[in-house]
Amino acid sequence: MHLKRRNFVSTALAALALTGGLLLAACGGGDAAESNPASITVYSGRSESLIGPLIERFEEETGIQVRVRYGKTAAMATALLEEGRRSPADVFLAQDAGALGAVEAANLFRPVPADVLTKVDDGFKSGKARWVGVSGRARVIVTSTDLSVAEQPRSIFDLTSEEWRGRVGWAPTNGSFQSFVTGMRELHGDATTAQWLRDMIANGVQEYPKNTPIVQAVGDGEIHVGLVNHYYLFRFLADNPNFPATNLFTDAGDAGALINIAGVGILESAPDVDAANRFVAYLLEETSQRYFRDETFEYPLIAGVDPFKGIPALDTLQPPSLRLTSLTDLEGTLDLLREVGALP
Amino acid sequence: MAVLIDQLSSVRPRRSPPSFIWLIGILIAALMAIPLIYLLIRAAQADADAWRDLTRSSTLRLLKNTVFMALAVTGGSAALALPMAWLTTRTDLSLRRFWSVVTVLPLVVPSYVGALAFVAAVGPRGSLQQALAPLGVDSLPDLRGFEGAWLVLTLFTYPYLLLVLRAGLRSMDPAMEEASRALGVGPWHTFWRVVVPQLRVPLAAGSLLVALYVLSDFGAVSILRFDTFTRAIFVQFQSSFDRAAGAVFSLTLVALVVGVIGLEASIRARGRYHGLGATQRHRRIVRLGRWRWPSIFFLALTALISLGLPVAVLSEWLTRGSDGGNAFHGAWTAAWHSLSVSAVAGFVALAASIPVAILAVRHRSVWSLLIERISYFGFALPGIVVALALVFFSLQVIPGFYQTWFVLVFAYVVLFLPTSIGAVRSALVRIQPNMEEAARGLGHSPSWVTATVTLPLVAPGLVAGFALVFLTTMKELPATLLLAPIEYDTLAAEVWRAADEAFFAQAAAPALLLIGMAAVPMAVIVGRENLRE
Repeated sequence: MHLKRRNFVSTALAALALTGGLLLAACGGGDAAESNPASITVYSGRSESLIGPLIERFEEETGIQVRVRYGKTAAMATALLEEGRRSPADVFLAQDAGALGAVEAANLFRPVPADVLTKVDDGFKSGKARWVGVSGRARVIVTSTDLSVAEQPRSIFDLTSEEWRGRVGWAPTNGSFQSFVTGMRELHGDATTAQWLRDMIANGVQEYPKNTPIVQAVGDGEIHVGLVNHYYLFRFLADNPNFPATNLFTDAGDAGALINIAGVGILESAPDVDAANRFVAYLLEETSQRYFRDETFEYPLIAGVDPFKGIPALDTLQPPSLRLTSLTDLEGTLDLLREVGALP
Repeated sequence: MAVLIDQLSSVRPRRSPPSFIWLIGILIAALMAIPLIYLLIRAAQADADAWRDLTRSSTLRLLKNTVFMALAVTGGSAALALPMAWLTTRTDLSLRRFWSVVTVLPLVVPSYVGALAFVAAVGPRGSLQQALAPLGVDSLPDLRGFEGAWLVLTLFTYPYLLLVLRAGLRSMDPAMEEASRALGVGPWHTFWRVVVPQLRVPLAAGSLLVALYVLSDFGAVSILRFDTFTRAIFVQFQSSFDRAAGAVFSLTLVALVVGVIGLEASIRARGRYHGLGATQRHRRIVRLGRWRWPSIFFLALTALISLGLPVAVLSEWLTRGSDGGNAFHGAWTAAWHSLSVSAVAGFVALAASIPVAILAVRHRSVWSLLIERISYFGFALPGIVVALALVFFSLQVIPGFYQTWFVLVFAYVVLFLPTSIGAVRSALVRIQPNMEEAARGLGHSPSWVTATVTLPLVAPGLVAGFALVFLTTMKELPATLLLAPIEYDTLAAEVWRAADEAFFAQAAAPALLLIGMAAVPMAVIVGRENLRE
């Protein structure tokens, strides 16, 4: 029965080697695709349900295999910053311009081809040609259909009055909301914006983690209006045509109607630049732009594809001074939001 | 592995510990320190602004919120787990095996799913209000904020404590209880005066896990609107993509973790219990008598809220989907991925926790405790911080393994190792050295003693350690999204993807599978446990 210690050591080593071998075998499979030249890796902050069908179409039409890592836009952007030039990603598909701007600022994007860039209005792409918007989303006030037209708010400034106490929802951690606050600071100055934020909080504004639960809460009657992007409502309507809410687009000149984008950039680390370029170009082709309009209910960003019926055209919504790329002072906005207590 | 298990026995280590155990221990500690090292590297790059931000008045409020929440959830979890552990291990409760499985299952419900289901069911305009609407109930009180977050966190984290307590109760020497009962002390008093004090070590170890989990949770507090430090760290990363500022904030959380760990250590230092005589005898089963129905009511009510409510809400979402029949399509691959990667993570974590627990229990010293304690930071830090630390380190050190199974399993071990260490240690601490010494005295070899005396005594702890890591890994999200091999879908990732876009009908199928998948191995493990008795 006396087993020597050496036997134990060799058993342990054998077990370790076996475990290690199994793990190596398990990871070995992952490398095969990298040697295939017609393959790109996309980091997508947009979910599979929104972008997956379009990517499949691209694969069928071009024969280029697309491998997608889905995740949260912010976490993906931070991971890209952490990976730097060693990133396995070729393309970053983001839900908001701020994330693209952060990756651009770290010099991790290569230029987007000029013929693709020219398709999109200046307001919706990087000033240094490092990323380009592929679809637009407008800020709206989503409103319960319980309210009569006379009761509906006309401007975000209406929402601080007593009649809206506790009936409004917002999502201060959301990137689109923060862009809207930056836009408001541009239009009205820091003092007015800070006062509006304080008045909103004093008026019992309800805080949500993001846009979808706000729309849900309006539909449930928990609150009556919410500050969100326009397309969420249409997703709820697609599920349930009787969903009791409607979008209010505030008048041009009101910061309530800022336009955001979802966009794309090509990483410096991309080994197959041609394939990556083709993918980005594909997202701005007419069929893809129609896909964004019809399937994700967003604004197409190229000339010749109209937005779907029932929502106002992009150029009627916001003053040129509020172009996305001029809204660079995110830090100032975050400081302001913390100062008034809207953010932890 | 065999040589490690051999060291579980207290006989051999009476001599000075072999250097290889120290070597393994130090290696593990070094690996577990990766998130800390990463934070220090990043915080060193922070500018003065980031440090000044810490002095904002809101920081103090966040600290207060976080500490209160950790204390409240720990207290609530103890109130649930202590009676549950006792009922399912020591009484003639009917369907004991069923309850043993059901009471630990809430651990697999991801906190964000739990919180979403909670709002959908008992929110101001949730299902409960809809049901009460004919009675004129217009709106229910809003439980969001402290109360709601406390309730949800308690209901989904108490199993950490429960599993450790059950292992503790199982390996506890019944002699003291019997002596107490023989001396005419009632069952109630015996429980409080004899059993609970002996449980101090597992109670502290389990509470530590609950408290540290609360520090790290993001899902529940963000959905239920309660500001904690982890939420602030997420907002920092999410809004400004400023990793240095995020690291500075995270280091404050690290300081909080040091405080919690210190507190637990001081409790543990006072509690060293060994049994009186022979352990693992047949123990007396307490007859519940007239307490039978109240006990069942208590268990059923907790299960109904912590497991029944999310399952009901998920089922309702599932039927709401237009393609109910196709709902599970594709989820099976993800289920297999979740199951296999969680099982491997569970085994690797168990293997790693054995040397650490041996050092901490058998070779108590400042150094062995330090090795053990370092592993707790990965568990208490927000998942995104640990994930980024591993992105950074794997690309620096083993770039060939980045985004492979290897790094993913490693990430899970860094995140959840303390859960299995706690379980193994609690079981180990209860073994009295003189049992093993007696066996040695009878001329048996150390290995024989380990195999026949030590191992059976720590087995419940090993099983609990594996189960904890296995269940927690199943629902992990931030590290999975960043570190899994590309297109390696897990159930948790599928749930998040759908729920994130408000496609709740699509989220329901993988979420239900997640709970069901975890239930099967748990039923087997817990079933075997009970068979052995």
